[in-house]
Amino acid sequence: MARAPTTTDAFNAVAEPRRRQILDVLAAGERPVNDLVDLLGLAQPQVSKHLRVLREVGLVRVRDEGRQRMYRIDPRPLKPIHDWVRNYARAWNERFDVLDQVLEELKEKERGDHDDGK
Amino acid sequence: MTMASSGTAVVTLPTDTTILITREFAAPRHLVYRAWTTPELVKRWWSGNRGKVTSAEVDLRVGGTWRWVMVTDHGFEVAFHGVYRELKTNERIVCTEVYEGFPDGEAVNTITFTEVNGRTTLTVLVEHSCQEHRDGHINSGMEGGMQEAMDHLEQVAISLM
Repeated sequence: MARAPTTTDAFNAVAEPRRRQILDVLAAGERPVNDLVDLLGLAQPQVSKHLRVLREVGLVRVRDEGRQRMYRIDPRPLKPIHDWVRNYARAWNERFDVLDQVLEELKEKERGDHDDGK
Repeated sequence: MTMASSGTAVVTLPTDTTILITREFAAPRHLVYRAWTTPELVKRWWSGNRGKVTSAEVDLRVGGTWRWVMVTDHGFEVAFHGVYRELKTNERIVCTEVYEGFPDGEAVNTITFTEVNGRTTLTVLVEHSCQEHRDGHINSGMEGGMQEAMDHLEQVAISLM
């Protein structure tokens, strides 16, 4: 199965660990690109490339402040990822809630069997 | 009223290729194990409230196969199958799992049953076989691992809710 382009959506954009690191840094606040270069220990062209991908999927916004370009996070495109995990958890929760009932019956049955001296 | 509701399933993504589901039950582990390995019981719980289990085959021996099929209320059929690799009665099941809608993506599931004071903690560890399959799952919006992204989400996505 061919991999979808990194700029398809947030799922693909954050599949790359460096881009997740960038988001972690930006989650703490707005930063100029030089800060990211220093914090990540990457060359500026690489950081810029990652930022471009993140911008294309809408996870990062940029504004000019004097001579600097300031980057900040926009978490909204992450919501589908969050929803997906939540759906997965919800499906298991529903399933386990029914299993609780089944187990109650099995327990009752075992108690009954013991009472019958079986 | 019985202690029917024992808790909430916790789903975490420990690595980029794994999913871990944990849940406690108010029942001894031999009953939880039985519910997991007996077709008539699987049929009762595995579809949750989302449909009906139409088939639950369990050949409970190492090398034996299992295949569970459910049909959702919308008429969508969802089938999984796999092979039992390791069985320790009431304690541990290791089996492969293939979602038939994505047959290339075989995962290995390790299911453990731990009992303390008559209560059982169940863990289901789903391990994907390789990065390509994981990516396939991520791309299709299905199972996949993105732990850092999830950690991150906990911090930032909450602000959207």
